[in-house]
Amino acid sequence: MNISFMRGFTAGALALFVLAGCQTVAEPEPPPMEPEPMPERPAEPAPPPTVTPPERTQRIDVEGDLIGEDGQPIGRVFYFEFDRSELRPEARTQLSQHARFLRENSGSRVVIYGHTDERGTREYNLALGERRAAAVRSYLQSLGVANRQMSVVSYGEERPVDPRSNEQAWALNRRAELVYQ
Amino acid sequence: MMRALLTAGTFLLLLALAAGTKAQLTIEITRGVDDPVPLAVVPFGWDEVDIPPENLGDIIRFNLARSGQFAMTAPVDMLSLPTREQDVFFRDWRIQGVSYVLIGRLERSGEDYRVHYALFDVHRERRLLQNTLEGSRGTLRDLAHDVSDAVYEELTGMPGAFGTKLLYVVAQNIATPNEVFRLEMADADGARPTTLLRSNEPILSADWSPDGRSVVYVSFETGKPAIYIQEIATGRREMITDFEGLNGAPALSPDGRQVAMVLSMGGAPDIYILDLDTRRLRQVTRHFSIDTEPSWSPDGRSLVFTSNRGGRPQIYRVELGSGQIERLTFEGDYNARARLLDDGRSMIFVHRRRGTFHIAAMDLESGEINVLTETSLDESPSVAPNGSMVIYATREQGRGILAVVSIDGRVRYRLPSTEGDVREPAWSPFLR
Repeated sequence: MNISFMRGFTAGALALFVLAGCQTVAEPEPPPMEPEPMPERPAEPAPPPTVTPPERTQRIDVEGDLIGEDGQPIGRVFYFEFDRSELRPEARTQLSQHARFLRENSGSRVVIYGHTDERGTREYNLALGERRAAAVRSYLQSLGVANRQMSVVSYGEERPVDPRSNEQAWALNRRAELVYQ
Repeated sequence: MMRALLTAGTFLLLLALAAGTKAQLTIEITRGVDDPVPLAVVPFGWDEVDIPPENLGDIIRFNLARSGQFAMTAPVDMLSLPTREQDVFFRDWRIQGVSYVLIGRLERSGEDYRVHYALFDVHRERRLLQNTLEGSRGTLRDLAHDVSDAVYEELTGMPGAFGTKLLYVVAQNIATPNEVFRLEMADADGARPTTLLRSNEPILSADWSPDGRSVVYVSFETGKPAIYIQEIATGRREMITDFEGLNGAPALSPDGRQVAMVLSMGGAPDIYILDLDTRRLRQVTRHFSIDTEPSWSPDGRSLVFTSNRGGRPQIYRVELGSGQIERLTFEGDYNARARLLDDGRSMIFVHRRRGTFHIAAMDLESGEINVLTETSLDESPSVAPNGSMVIYATREQGRGILAVVSIDGRVRYRLPSTEGDVREPAWSPFLR
């Protein structure tokens, strides 16, 4: 365990959960109000397991969020750097949770929406948004999710969550969103 | 005097347009040329007792003022208001420093109207133009634009583009559940806006057919992007592509028979050309990077496009015959969405300099770049068909607005809207 993470945990700013093997994960948005004690769970093997654990505690709630075993929603918005489409480490960790759910529920489908900030040209941003959504799809695919369960739509800069023109707004708008159908 | 004010660059000439329910664009002239030609456009005469159906003198005066080429005499400063040749006293105008005078009058002619006008050279005491135009009530604004075009051409030697139209997108309630997108068309002065398409899903990348009768655009109305062609007069429209992935950046060829576009059905965004007659699709670029924003050369033999194949977005040109690709921009780390000018020798595009997005022009021979705008987040440049002005989108106080800059960067005006974000302007070809 990482000490600084533990401090963050006690400050109540971050929700933590233990994943397969070793990873400690911070989920930045939205911060839950109260931290929960570390759940004790058996380690889960990485890519496609031949035997699915019988205990299925993941579920989709009415908001369309995937709820993890600890009862907390798993992030489904993933953020990017300007003009980049590489996934950040926290996105990978969250996506592995989504991948597990999608593998175990092969009837489930997701649409991955790609977005950019307002800077740069609109059509280039449509292409860039598609790159971001495609990065999410490829990663899920690498974790064993079937292609037919996923589709990709890029809105480029057309659908900001924060329409202002500043660094903070731009950071929130450079994103890919995973939406369960 | 107007001239001093215009050259001071602080005077805002506000044109209040006919009241309407649509988002109106109003003109604010921010900067003209250093040495504008002194011109007086005398209010047009109307001999009837009722109010004239259209104020032609005002429309013409604001048209010509917007070009930045003229220092306009305000009607209140005129010593006389002649509407006929015999009432023009050159000495009156000369002592006011006016070089040219336009007079005119509107007459009823049965159901229709007649516009008489004449342009005079004050120093040579000579008539330069005299003409009579006829039209219905609904075409009076067009007639005013025709007069403006004639005067502009006589005094500058360049054809006027006042009778052209603008296409643009208005977005309202962005980042709320009530987002609305409208594709609109208006006169070049922002008047007479009409809605061509309204949707709760994004509309973008609208452009004209070369004959000005149709528009092509991308609409997300089905939940994903598709390319449509719409006939303006009838509203009849057709979805021309609906492939998996991106369907974007449509551009009609100079002969109007083909559409260049970007499709990502092959895995990466690449440039394709769709033949509208045969419906045959031809892939032009094939690269794992982003290729987008194609624009035709005037001869239809090549396309310029944006690609990040070198790591960052830069502008490239592909010869359609050979498939040969060459990179055109090297200065700066973001150059995109180029439009070639009709002379084929230069292009305008979005250029990032010190982190800020501007509109720039580049001479293709020398590679020399001239940054035209001083605002930030500037995008979507489109050139008037006479090559004189570039309209583009920018942001001001958190809102998207349209602005215009002359191709040499010396003249500027803005077209702020009364509501919503206005974006993606496209200047029409000559329409008559």
